[in-house]
Amino acid sequence: MSFINYMAREINCKIVYYGPGLCGKTTNLQYIYERTNPDAKGKMISLATETDRTLFFDFLPLALGEIRGFKTRFHLYTVPGQVFYDASRKLILKGVDGVVFVADSQVERMEANEESVENLKTNLEDQGYKLEKIPFVMQYNKRDLPEVATVEELRACLNPLNVPDFEGVARTGIGVFDTLKAVAKLVLTELRKGGP
Amino acid sequence: MVNPQMVMYEEEFNQIQNVVDRLVKDANAKVVFIVDKNGQLIAASGDVDNLDTTSLASLTAGNIAATGGMAKLLKENEFATQFHEGEKANIHIQLVGNRVILVVIFDSKSSLGLVRLRVRRASEELNNIFEALLKKVADPGAESPLGEITDEDIDNLFND
Repeated sequence: MSFINYMAREINCKIVYYGPGLCGKTTNLQYIYERTNPDAKGKMISLATETDRTLFFDFLPLALGEIRGFKTRFHLYTVPGQVFYDASRKLILKGVDGVVFVADSQVERMEANEESVENLKTNLEDQGYKLEKIPFVMQYNKRDLPEVATVEELRACLNPLNVPDFEGVARTGIGVFDTLKAVAKLVLTELRKGGP
Repeated sequence: MVNPQMVMYEEEFNQIQNVVDRLVKDANAKVVFIVDKNGQLIAASGDVDNLDTTSLASLTAGNIAATGGMAKLLKENEFATQFHEGEKANIHIQLVGNRVILVVIFDSKSSLGLVRLRVRRASEELNNIFEALLKKVADPGAESPLGEITDEDIDNLFND
C-alpha cells in the first residue's frame, strides 16, 4: 500500500524481493546499496542469522527522484527464502506495491523456484492480493554459473503470466538495476490508475 | 482494492504533529514518532536529528507484524502494547486503532507509568484523527494526485 504525503510531498512505495533460499535477493539489495549515491539511500538493514542467512528481512530505503513535485521513495524489502520461514514471509508481503521474483537459474534449483512461486501466490492470496493484478517482474539470476537452465525453460516454467523478465548476475550487478527500474515503473503506472 | 491507500493531507498532518509534539513534552520523552503498519514514517518529534527514523520505522513495523503473528497463533487479536527496556533508553510501542504505531523513546527522566498514561490519551486523539482521515481518503470525490502523471514523467525518473 503506497503512502502519499501531501504535506511532505512524497510518494512512498514498498517493493518486495521474493524467491527461494540463496537465490540472490539480499545480493540484489546489496548491489543497489553499493551503487547508489549516498544522498539517495538510507541505511541498509539486514536481520540475518550468524551465518548470514536472512532471518526476517533486509530493508533498503531509496529515493528515486521527483515526479511533478512529489519525491518518490521506494522501500525495498527481501523475504527470508528458506522454506521454514513462511510465517515471516507472509508478514513482509503486507502492504506490498510491487514484487520482484528472483529465480536461481541453476537446473538443480528449478524445483525450489517453482515451489517459491507457488508460495508467493498463496501468501499474496492470504493478504487478499492476486499475483496477476500486482506489479510483478522476474529476474533469472546466476546466469554466470555452469549447469543453468535456458531462459526459455525458465520462462516456460516460472513466468506463465509473461511479466517483464531479466537475466541477472546479482553478484556483479548484471540486470539488477534493469529489474528494479522495471518494477518501479510498473508500480508508478499502477498508482496513476488509482491502485493497487 | 485490498487496502485503502494511505494519504496524508496538510490539515490532518498538522493535527497529528500537534499530538506528537505535545506527547514529547507531557511524557518527558526524548523522541515520539508515528509509523504506519507498513513501516512508513508519518510524523516525528523530539530529538530526531541524530536518529535514523526511516530504519527505526521499518523495524518497528516488522516488530509489530511479528508480534501480531504470534498473537494470531495464540488466538489473540493483537498485542497492542510493547515495552523494551535498555540500560539508558527505553521504547514504548503502542498500536493505535490497529492501523498506525505510536512509538515513544524515553530515558531515566521519565517513567513507564507516565509514558503509559500519556500514550493512552494521545492514542485516543490519534485514533479520531486517523478515522476522519480514512473517511476523507475513501471519499470517491477525493482528487488523485497522480492522475496527471504521464509515461514521460515516469521515464524521466530513470534517466541516468
